[in-house]
Amino acid sequence: MSEPIIRFDKVEKSFGAFNVLKDLDFEVAKGEKVTIIGPSGSGKSTVLRILMTLEDVTSGVVYVGGQPLWHEKKGERLVPASEAHLRKMRTQLGMVFQSFNLFPHMTVLRNLTEAPRVVLGLSKVAAKERADELLELVGLTEHAHKFPNQLSGGQQQRVGIARALAMRPKVMLFDEPTSALDPELVGEVLNVIRHLAEAHDLTMLMVTHEMRFAREISDRVCFFDQGRIREQGTPDEIFGNPKEKRTQQFLRAVTEAD
Amino acid sequence: MLFGLHWDTSHGELAFAVSILPMLLIGMWVTIEASILGFFVAMVIGLGLAVLKGARLRIVRWPAMFVTEFIRDTPLLVQLFFLYYVLPDYGIVLPAFLTGALALGIQYSAYMSEVYRAGIEAVDHGQIEAAKALDLPGRRTFTHIVLPQAVPRVVPALGNYMVSIMKDVPVLSVVTVLEMLNVAKIIGDQTFDYLVPLSMVGGLYMILTLIASGIVRWVDVKLPKRGLALR
Repeated sequence: MSEPIIRFDKVEKSFGAFNVLKDLDFEVAKGEKVTIIGPSGSGKSTVLRILMTLEDVTSGVVYVGGQPLWHEKKGERLVPASEAHLRKMRTQLGMVFQSFNLFPHMTVLRNLTEAPRVVLGLSKVAAKERADELLELVGLTEHAHKFPNQLSGGQQQRVGIARALAMRPKVMLFDEPTSALDPELVGEVLNVIRHLAEAHDLTMLMVTHEMRFAREISDRVCFFDQGRIREQGTPDEIFGNPKEKRTQQFLRAVTEAD
Repeated sequence: MLFGLHWDTSHGELAFAVSILPMLLIGMWVTIEASILGFFVAMVIGLGLAVLKGARLRIVRWPAMFVTEFIRDTPLLVQLFFLYYVLPDYGIVLPAFLTGALALGIQYSAYMSEVYRAGIEAVDHGQIEAAKALDLPGRRTFTHIVLPQAVPRVVPALGNYMVSIMKDVPVLSVVTVLEMLNVAKIIGDQTFDYLVPLSMVGGLYMILTLIASGIVRWVDVKLPKRGLALR
């Protein structure tokens, strides 16, 4: 296997006295679709938030595309990253949030063109072209000039996905993308993500409670528990034949709730 | 005689009132001008203070907090005297009207900075995270994501300060600004009738503040609650 696109090397993360991640080693290969499952408080969202540079690490090193994310090389030593370094690294990642976090004062189109224009320096025309393509991909072409609050939750999340994709990230992070949605709207969002998963070069890392969906689209499933990866493997291994007792308990609990 | 106009003291109260109305209206216009100028100064300086108070660096944040506290804890009259009598010693000579409007603006900037601050902090943190995830620079995030959502929320509170500023304009009379109350007082001094001009000032003030509150409410209704999109 070539250099992984994401690598956590002995990463610790604590909020005060609470250790969210403990000595985490974790790798994702380029193009791999990885799903993280686990009980709340297990640190699964923190993994995504560290990658998106929304949370720093307490110790350890995170690599993205072979380069340290939260550190910079200074001679032989690694020093904490500057804002300039973080900005450069961030462009490789895109994130879809549980609560969408669309910009409510901007139209759908503007939500999609703002960052490509400001950050990537795209012309107005080029940014709009890119946005139009993505809106078609997520099936929202006719909603381009609406404001987020005029759309359903499912539509908003599809805009959220399109907005992240507009930056052409190498890695897409999905943080419980359907958890805030009414049950009947989950399907349309999952369909869009499923469609993206068919793209071979896009690396996807998703935290979700949609077990059936995780089983269907993932190359690998990681079960997080108490800040560690308790068990990982192919979807069939994890869902069909979990070895760890904690995994079995968790899966039984969530499937009963279904 | 005032502003080249004459008052009528020999045909009863009503004729007197009618004759001094134009003078009071001239004074009212000065009151309006001072309020608007003061309000804009307060909006600008207040926003500046709010931004500085939200800075990450303590050496930026602390002085801004100190200045705000200092302004809030000293009377408007003291600040006004300071600007009017002390600044000329340092070669800064401003007309009384400008000094007064500036003093009002500075005084209220301290209050408004708190309002802005609250509005800025009320913007959902997810907005900042989304901007960060899109790699938008911090300044752009502030000007195009946070502020446009914060400002519509604080308009009613800022508008209330507009009314307060109006009611503080009479303080400027001590540095010779001919605003409405000062005009009324001069009329009273010269005609020995204070009741009519002062009552009229009260009435005119009420009309003025009611209109101002109406405008504030209208602006509040007109502003999109989701925020203003900037180009």
